[in-house]
Amino acid sequence: MDAAIAADPGAGQDPVPVLRIAGLSKHFGGAQALANVGLTVARGEVHGLLGQNGSGKSTLIKVLSGFHEPDPGAQLWVNGVEVALPIPPGAFRSLGISFVHQHLALVPSLTVLENLMIGDLAVEGRWRLDWRGETARARDLFARYGLAIDPRMPVERLSSVQRALLAIVRAFDQLRRSRAPAPLLILDEPTPFLPASDVEHLFALIRTIVAEGASVIFVSHDIDEVRAITDRATVLRDGRVAGTVVTREVGKDDIVRLIVGRVVDLEAMRPPRRSLGTPTITIAGLSGGIVDDFSLSLATGEVVGLTGLIGSGYDSVIGMIYGAEETRRGTLAIDGAIHDLAAMTPARAIALGAVFVPGDRSRGAIPTLAVRDNISLPVLGRGLAGLAVNHRRLARRADGIGERYDIRPRDTGLPLGSLSGGNQQKAVLAKWFEVAPRLILLDEPTQGVDIGAREQVFNIIRAMCEKGAAVICASSDYEQLAALSDRVVVFSRGRVAVTLRGDAISKSAIAESCYRSAEPGMAETAA
Amino acid sequence: MTLATSDTGEAHARRQAWIDRAERFGLLIAWAAVIIVFGLLRPDTFLSWANLSTILGSQAVLVVVTLGLIIPLTAGDYDLSIASVLTLSAMLVAVLNVWVGLPIVAAILLALLAGIAVGVINGFFVIYFRIHSLIVTLGMGTFIHGLTLWFSDTQTISGVSIGLVRAVIITRVLGIPLAFYYALILALVIWYVFSYTAIGQRLLFVGRGREVARLSGINVDRMRWGCLVVSAFLGAVAGVIYAGTIGAADPNSGLTYLLPAFAAAFLGATSIQPGRFNPIGSVIAVYFLVTGITGLSILGVSTFVQDLFYGGALIVAVTLSQIVRGREERLN
Repeated sequence: MDAAIAADPGAGQDPVPVLRIAGLSKHFGGAQALANVGLTVARGEVHGLLGQNGSGKSTLIKVLSGFHEPDPGAQLWVNGVEVALPIPPGAFRSLGISFVHQHLALVPSLTVLENLMIGDLAVEGRWRLDWRGETARARDLFARYGLAIDPRMPVERLSSVQRALLAIVRAFDQLRRSRAPAPLLILDEPTPFLPASDVEHLFALIRTIVAEGASVIFVSHDIDEVRAITDRATVLRDGRVAGTVVTREVGKDDIVRLIVGRVVDLEAMRPPRRSLGTPTITIAGLSGGIVDDFSLSLATGEVVGLTGLIGSGYDSVIGMIYGAEETRRGTLAIDGAIHDLAAMTPARAIALGAVFVPGDRSRGAIPTLAVRDNISLPVLGRGLAGLAVNHRRLARRADGIGERYDIRPRDTGLPLGSLSGGNQQKAVLAKWFEVAPRLILLDEPTQGVDIGAREQVFNIIRAMCEKGAAVICASSDYEQLAALSDRVVVFSRGRVAVTLRGDAISKSAIAESCYRSAEPGMAETAA
Repeated sequence: MTLATSDTGEAHARRQAWIDRAERFGLLIAWAAVIIVFGLLRPDTFLSWANLSTILGSQAVLVVVTLGLIIPLTAGDYDLSIASVLTLSAMLVAVLNVWVGLPIVAAILLALLAGIAVGVINGFFVIYFRIHSLIVTLGMGTFIHGLTLWFSDTQTISGVSIGLVRAVIITRVLGIPLAFYYALILALVIWYVFSYTAIGQRLLFVGRGREVARLSGINVDRMRWGCLVVSAFLGAVAGVIYAGTIGAADPNSGLTYLLPAFAAAFLGATSIQPGRFNPIGSVIAVYFLVTGITGLSILGVSTFVQDLFYGGALIVAVTLSQIVRGREERLN
């Protein structure tokens, strides 16, 4: 590819890198999550790790943090010394490696100081805590890194950026005090919930600790951030290293190309163009959480995809329409009747003909109950059952649904959890689609669904559209959005950045819009 | 502009500091108010030193049970069996000392061991089978209560060695029975462990964020198990003090301590260190509740008031702590 893309990352760099991984593969059942991944982090380097969802980024971090065991043959060197994978939990400190995960591992109701000290106290049995001394030490520490935080304050009163800074300072301070010769901090997506102005604080901190001798692996979705802070970056795609680049020598386009890969022609997967009717469902002025003033009109039979990077707010819109998440204001108009979304509840939404299929299956169905019981829940008390539940009739209905939706095995008496992910999802969709909804709200409808069942799920959704339902589908799976959607709305920081229509929709176009939408002044485009 | 903001900011901080202080010492002030009100209503009986010192000494058992409860509560677990352990231990002391004729020290040691055994079994089910502590200790409490009724023949046994009675209630320092000092020392020890040791901090994290604690390298299971053992042990200690307080043991009375202890634990968590189960707050809460009830009974109110008072206090205390938490959330 580009001249700047080194063939062998790490060659000709610092002779003793802080971290070197070679030949790292990881299978989950038949699926290969990582294939022969190599990564080298030089001393004093900030190394970016980029890739889409499912590219293997988080699997790589989980192998490093000891959560997953890699396939045999993987090798890891820390400061030139070979270390066996997986690394046991107690060994990270002596190796000089520390992780800051996205959830930061802070307890909000406890004080800053207590959160700062817990790492030490977890391993050191101390019988006389000198709170005054520790407070003073924390103040010095914060002063050194320019943090204006009172150690006695509960963490819940800190802003999000202060929490992130605290977690990073805590991790680095522990490494520094353990006298690790070459401390390595692994920051796993520390920025997705931070506004742009706060990200600069975080970068300033990263530069300071690098100046003090640390190396950093910076995992992120955001190309601009990676370009701003890293020296080099490794891009993963489909479990392989797509390339390692020297950040300042490449443009944003080069990185986007590495992340997305060659444009795959998805037209084959897309349904034939349909002519859509006039809008019958309108959402107007929806605000809540980070989402600000979102409006959308849907025609009968239309599928609108919502997407964006993590933290852009796209994933909370459908919950708000359904009354499952807090909404500041907004209206939903169905057939001319206008409903206030701030006062929406799931029960009212169902009465209006809306159904919501959560992405987290534990919210959408109960795995320990039979498939039949799960499917029957929405119709209990709807004439069909009345006061006394007619179990035989419900079972017959469920068996018929199992047949039509091809839920395997064909025994609706089995607990839902014993089915494969795809069949569970078919049952969950069937549970809601059988009540003849007008508006279908989907959240990651094929998450954890294998390729074969995916196509079936798509067909089920399309069949619902033909029956006149409108669909809003929130997803970070661009391939799925490209296959399903008539329109794709891309969010950035709570607002609509781009809307893709018709032939402009493709997996790579959606990915590109997501990664570019962080740029200011992005105008609405239409095809 | 900047000046104005910092001014209102300062005023706000000052107001916040006052609110914090009022919250920390609110219960102490309420206790003083209760004493003053009853003192004014019945100056000769209520305010007598004999009455006050009796309150302090006789309620040491409740203090110890409450202190035992706050340890697993801090770690996020409930111990509903603690009152049954109290009865078990008191009855064991009585049976072994009076019926079997063991020396009192041996009887006490065996009773304490029995308490520890109950804690180990509670922890085993909670940790190994991942059953909620509420359920395990509820069942365990009833089970050992049945056991106690069985080996004691459902009889009240009096005549426990006077040595124990002397060591608990008869000997007085500054006019207050020794039992009070035992409870106070225990409270101070727990206060120190909670506030100034690594174990106390680990406990706090185990209770507030199991996942954070685990990722920080804390052995969460061992901590939780340890807490259940300590609470059962303290239940047994309370049983020994109970036997010493009345010089006898009966197989039912211990159960009446469970609800007051929970009420005191939650009420105590609204003061001194608001939002945290803390031993000093617990001690104050116990004496606040007991003073109220003693005062009411001196006024001649019927005994059912005790249930109204304790039950009401538990709900009020939990509500208060919920309000405190809600306010902190709104501050964000």
